[in-house]
Amino acid sequence: MTNFKRGLALALTLTALIFSGCNKQKEESATAAAAPVTNLDEIVIGAVFPMTGPIATYGQESVNGINLALKSLNETGVKGKKIRIVVQDNKGEPVESANAVRKLIEVDKVQAIIGSVASSNTLAGAPIAQQSGVPLMTPASTNETVTQTGDYISRSCFTDAFQGVVMAKFAYETLGKKKAVIIIDNSSDYSRGLASVFRAKFTEMGGQVVSNDNDTTYTQKDTDFRSLLQKVKRADPDVIFLPGYYTEVGLMIKQARSMGMNMPFLGGDGWDSPKLQELAGEAINGNYISSHFSSEDSDPRVQQFVSEYEKAYGQKPGAMAALGYDGILVMADAIMRANSFSHADIRDAINSTKNYIGITGNITIDENRNAKKSAVVLETTVSGMKFKQKVNP
Amino acid sequence: MDSHVSYFFWDLLNYLINGLTQGSIYALVALGYTMVFGIIKLINFAHGEFFMIGAFIGYYCILSGMPFALAMPVAMIGSGIVAVIIERIVYRPIRHAGRIPALITALGISLFFQYAGQMIIGADPKAFPSSIENKTYQLGEVYFSTSQILIVTSSLILMLFLYWLVNFTKMGKAMRATSYNMKAAELMGIDTNKIISFTFFVGAAFAGAAGVLVGLHYGTVDPMMGMIPGLKAFVAAVLGGIGIIPGAVLGGLVLGVAENLVVGFWMATYRDAIAFTILIIILLFKPSGLLGVNRREKV
Repeated sequence: MTNFKRGLALALTLTALIFSGCNKQKEESATAAAAPVTNLDEIVIGAVFPMTGPIATYGQESVNGINLALKSLNETGVKGKKIRIVVQDNKGEPVESANAVRKLIEVDKVQAIIGSVASSNTLAGAPIAQQSGVPLMTPASTNETVTQTGDYISRSCFTDAFQGVVMAKFAYETLGKKKAVIIIDNSSDYSRGLASVFRAKFTEMGGQVVSNDNDTTYTQKDTDFRSLLQKVKRADPDVIFLPGYYTEVGLMIKQARSMGMNMPFLGGDGWDSPKLQELAGEAINGNYISSHFSSEDSDPRVQQFVSEYEKAYGQKPGAMAALGYDGILVMADAIMRANSFSHADIRDAINSTKNYIGITGNITIDENRNAKKSAVVLETTVSGMKFKQKVNP
Repeated sequence: MDSHVSYFFWDLLNYLINGLTQGSIYALVALGYTMVFGIIKLINFAHGEFFMIGAFIGYYCILSGMPFALAMPVAMIGSGIVAVIIERIVYRPIRHAGRIPALITALGISLFFQYAGQMIIGADPKAFPSSIENKTYQLGEVYFSTSQILIVTSSLILMLFLYWLVNFTKMGKAMRATSYNMKAAELMGIDTNKIISFTFFVGAAFAGAAGVLVGLHYGTVDPMMGMIPGLKAFVAAVLGGIGIIPGAVLGGLVLGVAENLVVGFWMATYRDAIAFTILIIILLFKPSGLLGVNRREKV
């Protein structure tokens, strides 16, 4: 065992050395990255998304959406230049996200960055973009704190303060539920943030939340929720709020239904992936989520997007595809309006976006650099998400 | 007050059943860790990946229409063969280079399989086809499913088989001899390379069986699925006393039950923290593990 310990110590020292090496490099090139690059044949935009890992479908859908938008965008060009994206995989992990942002800024010298999806990931990369003075816009991270990092960080989607309120109202007013349990993904800033908004609104309206934030939690990559669910069942709620991601949610709902728990589960946009139906099967029926977009929306612009997307990728677009599509278009629109290609001008243009008509709603970026736009409530069924109602801010 | 007592009783039973199921999985994987450590003193961190490989072989077998009863042995043999190949081309050449290079290599193999898996198969979780009807049974307020029964019984059968193999066969005798003193075993005419390959095969086959069972039970498989069970199984093996076969089983069950009791009766957030604190406390009082005594029976 001593040999083993020595081995571990060695490995740790090596890792520490490698990391300190990286930091030095960063200090040297930070000044170089901050200098505006004006003469370019093309506009390079970095994209940080989870292409592998537990939320991989989000990254893949987002990049599909971005590529679809770029196809038509590059036919005309932006200020006579083509936009090229450099995709970096963050594996759904915060550390990888920070590395990806650093690489895009220092090696690829990108004009701006779009990404990521999970709030924990975006939060890890945002401070680096802020320090280097490179605009970073997330198309999908909804946690409140993401854009509080600084003026270079913005988002083209709504926040959890809105999403959580939508679901609390839906539970209390539309479904008429009074007694809720909240199950939290402990490894996710998104989940914790959404849970606290839901709790505040639901109790304010007169509902009761009968769980404690530390007693009913799980961690990403968990697979067995039976003991947790047994405890939840004992609390006897008539509705369960589960702000998590589809991989764990799918498994949990399946296990809950097999234990005779038939109350509706409510969630946020973290559920919105076709994988959810695959993993949960029949058990997915009769639950509700808030999201950004419904492919059933009758708006002709939405329908055109849906048919183009289906033609290109052979499947219906989920919310992330729509958000990626809108995100890159908002960014392109900003670059078009910007006074120059400098990072600061692009930032100012993004932050002053007004009434951009996207397929996920009308996007106006407010003084806190968050988008104000509508949300949809969807019912989850085996055959997909069914449109239930649209809620305006 | 009366209802509280009966609630407690039913909940406890549920937690124990869930703990036993998870513990059996940990135990099956831990057996491979402990056997390989027993025979060549290698902590094979790639062991969790044999669990994943088994699960995927089972997944593709069932997708192609094979019944579950056939898919499981195929998955066991498949991941066993992968382990033998890895042992032959990776571990054997560096066996005499000391323990640290072997340990680092094992970590490398583990990462290799995780990321090769993501590249070839894709990173998103796949829904495991339900090849047998997974019914839920209710006894009073206790719930258990067909897959849970299957996990506990097949683990039990495999463990009894291993017990028989190690203690009552010629092969087992050779394994014990190799573990006890490799040089002396060679002098006695035992082909220790063959024995080591065989040990890898059995260990990985058990992990592969656990992988298929987990796939069936939770209904999902993905290339990273071996990481957490591999880590927990390593802990279980150390907890029971690494190198000691019954220790791995005991360690696995203790860890599984402890985790579920913590989630059920206490704070779910601190599940791993508390489970690992238990481990540290046990190791403080019994550094060689629960069953680690002076006279070790290794393999």
